[in-house]
Amino acid sequence: MEAPLLHLALVGTPNSGKTSLFNALTGSRQKVANYPGVTVERKEGFFVTPLGRQVSVVDLPGTYSLRGRSPDEEITRDFVLGKASGEIVPDIVLCVADSTNLRLTIRLLLELKRTGRPMILVLNMFDIASRRGIDVDVERLAKELDVPVVTSIAVRKGGTADLLKLTDEISAKLAAEPQDNSWRALTVSELRATQREADRIIADCVSLPARPDTWTARIDAVVLHPVGGLIVLALILFVMFQAVFAWAQPAMELLKSGFDSLGELVHATLPDGLLQSFLQNGVISGVGSVIVFLPQIILIFLFILLLEDFGYMARAAFLMDRIMGGAGLHGRAFIPLLSSFACAIPGIMATRVIDDKRDRLTTILIAPLMTCSARIPVYTLIISAFIPAKDVWGFVNLQGLVMFGLYTTGIVSALAVSFVIKFFMIRDYAPAPFMLELPDYKLPRLKSVAIGIFTRAKMFLYRAGTTIFSMMVLIWFLASFPQPPAGATEPAIDFSLAAMIGKALAPLLAPVGFNWQIAVALIPGMAAREVAVAALGTVYAIEGGKEAAEQIGQVLATKWSLATALSMLAWYIFAPQCASTLAVIRRETGSWAWMGVTFAYMLVLAYAASLVTYNVAVALGAG
Amino acid sequence: MTDTTDTRSHMPLGLAQRGYTGVIQHLAAKEAGSALSEVELESRLIELGFVEGARVEILHEGLVGRDPIAVRVDNITIAVRRREAMAIIVA
Repeated sequence: MEAPLLHLALVGTPNSGKTSLFNALTGSRQKVANYPGVTVERKEGFFVTPLGRQVSVVDLPGTYSLRGRSPDEEITRDFVLGKASGEIVPDIVLCVADSTNLRLTIRLLLELKRTGRPMILVLNMFDIASRRGIDVDVERLAKELDVPVVTSIAVRKGGTADLLKLTDEISAKLAAEPQDNSWRALTVSELRATQREADRIIADCVSLPARPDTWTARIDAVVLHPVGGLIVLALILFVMFQAVFAWAQPAMELLKSGFDSLGELVHATLPDGLLQSFLQNGVISGVGSVIVFLPQIILIFLFILLLEDFGYMARAAFLMDRIMGGAGLHGRAFIPLLSSFACAIPGIMATRVIDDKRDRLTTILIAPLMTCSARIPVYTLIISAFIPAKDVWGFVNLQGLVMFGLYTTGIVSALAVSFVIKFFMIRDYAPAPFMLELPDYKLPRLKSVAIGIFTRAKMFLYRAGTTIFSMMVLIWFLASFPQPPAGATEPAIDFSLAAMIGKALAPLLAPVGFNWQIAVALIPGMAAREVAVAALGTVYAIEGGKEAAEQIGQVLATKWSLATALSMLAWYIFAPQCASTLAVIRRETGSWAWMGVTFAYMLVLAYAASLVTYNVAVALGAG
Repeated sequence: MTDTTDTRSHMPLGLAQRGYTGVIQHLAAKEAGSALSEVELESRLIELGFVEGARVEILHEGLVGRDPIAVRVDNITIAVRRREAMAIIVA
C-alpha cells in the first residue's frame, strides 16, 4: 500500500534561502494560491524522496519569531501550530538557516522546538559558509539542539541529497507519538534568555572567522554611500527602463509577425463572413496584441528578481527610507512600490511587510500610480506611433526618454499624493520604525530566477487567455453588432453598439481630446489596462479592414493628433483602469470606501492631467 | 535626557557616528520615543540580534539627517533609524 502524502513546512528568517531551497526541492512542480480568508501567498510544491515517498512542501512566510506581528507571520505561526484553518498539520517542520548567519535562526529554532513538532534544521548555503572559513560542528550542534541537522546547498545540483535522505529516515520513524505543544508567546526576558542560549550553542559549535564578507563590504562602500548610492540607484532604474524598451523589441517583432501570419492564414483559409472576422479580428489580433508584450513583462520581472536575489532590494529601502519619509512613506514601502512597476496587485499584496496600518494604507493608495507592466503596451504603442526614434544628446533614445519621463511622472505624483495624505488626512503622525536586515550579497541563481519568471509569465498568459480573451470577444461583439444595413457606405462599426456607447461618452471626454473610438477602448480597458490596445486594434481594424489590424500604430498616427496622443499618455499615468487592482485594494484594506477613494482620486487626476496636457499641446500647435 | 554623570562612556547608539564600534550594555526601550510600545520595540531589537554583549559597528548612514544607520551586529548587518537606535545603550 502506498504511504500517505508526507507534509513538510519550510520555516526560516527572511533571507535564509528558504525560497531557493523550495525551488531546488520542487522545481516547477509548484502551486501558488492564497490562504483562505487572507491574501497571503501560499506556495506549495511537490517532490518524491529517494525511497519513493510522495511529499508536499509548503514555503511559509519568513519570520524572526512566532509572535505573529503581521498577517504573514501569523500564517507561519498558525500553520506550525496546526491552527491554520483548512490546513493539515505538518509532519515535519524544516527550519532553514543561512549557514553564514546562524544567530537569529537558532533562536527561532529554540522557540519552534516548544511546539513539539518533529523538526530538521537545514544549514543552507553551506558552501558559502565553508568558503568564508565558518566551521560548523554539525554533530555537536544536533546534539546540543536535540534536533537532526543536515547541510544543504540549495543552488547546486544534488545539494539537497542529504536532506532528502534524512527526510526518508525521519518519516519512517514518525510515530503517532503524542506531541506536547508548550509554545506560548515569549516575554521579553524569555526572548533574551533564548537568544543567550542560542549564542552559547553557537559559541560551542561554530567557529567564526574574524573578518566579515569582504565582497559585501566593498560593494556596500559604493552602493550605500549617501550620495553615490543614490546615483547608483538612479542608474539601475534608468538602465532597467531603457532595457525594457530596447532589448524586448526583436522578440516582440517576432511575436507580432507570428500573429499577423496566423491572422492571414485564417483570412485566406476561411470564407469571408462573421466567423472569419471573429477569429481574425476578435481572437487572433485581440489576444495577439496583448501577448506581444510578454517579452517586456519577462524583462521587468527579470530585473526585479535579480535585484531581489542579489540582496539589493533591502539596500534600496535603506537609501530611500528618509527620502520617502519626507513624503510620508516608510522605507519598507520601497519594495512594494518597486514591485508595483511589474503589477500593482503583487505590489499591494507586498505591503504586508509594513507593520504600521497607516503607512500600509498610504502605500496601498499610491501603488497603482507606479507604472505597471500593463501600461507598457499602451505607452509603447503611442510612443512608437508619435515619437520619432531618434537619438538625443548623441546616445539617448528619444522614445526611451519619453518612457522614462512617464515613469518619473508616476513616481513623483505618487510621492506628492502620499505627502498630501500625510498632511491632510493622517494627523498625529509618528513614524513607524524601519528595521531591516541587510543580507550579504549573493550571486543570483539562474534556476531560481527562471522559476520566478516562469510563474509570472504563466500568470500573465493565463490572464491573456481568460479575462482578456473574454473581453476581446465582448468588444468584438459590441463592435460587430448590429450589422450595417445593406448598401451602407460608412464603415460597419459606425452602426455598432460600441459606437453608440463611445459616442454617448464622447462629449464627456471631448475636452481632453479623446474621440469616440478611444472612449470605446477605455471601457474594456477597465478589465485590464493592456486590453485597451487590443480594443483600439479591434475598433480600427473592423473599421478599416485587414490592413489596419497589422499596423495599429500607423493607423493611430493618421487618425489622432499629437495632442490627443499626449493626452492619452497623461490619462494612462493616472487612470484607475484596472478592475483587479481595485478588487485587491478592497480586499487588502477590507473596505469599499478606500477602494472608492482610490478610484475617485485617480480618475480626477487622470482627467485633470489629460485636460492640461491636451490644451497645452493644442496651444503649442500640436492639435 | 541621557544620564551621563555616573557612566560617561555609556551612550545611545542613536547618537553615534559612522565608524563607531562598541558593545551593547543594555536596552532602554522606554526612552527611545519610538512609535512602538516598549515591549514591542525591545522584542524586535532582540529578535534582530541586539542583545547585551553584542559587538556593534556603524557601517553606513543615510543622506538625510545621517539617518537611517546600517549597524553591524556581530556578523549580520541591520538597518535601523536613529530614533529606534536610541534604545540601544552602548559603550
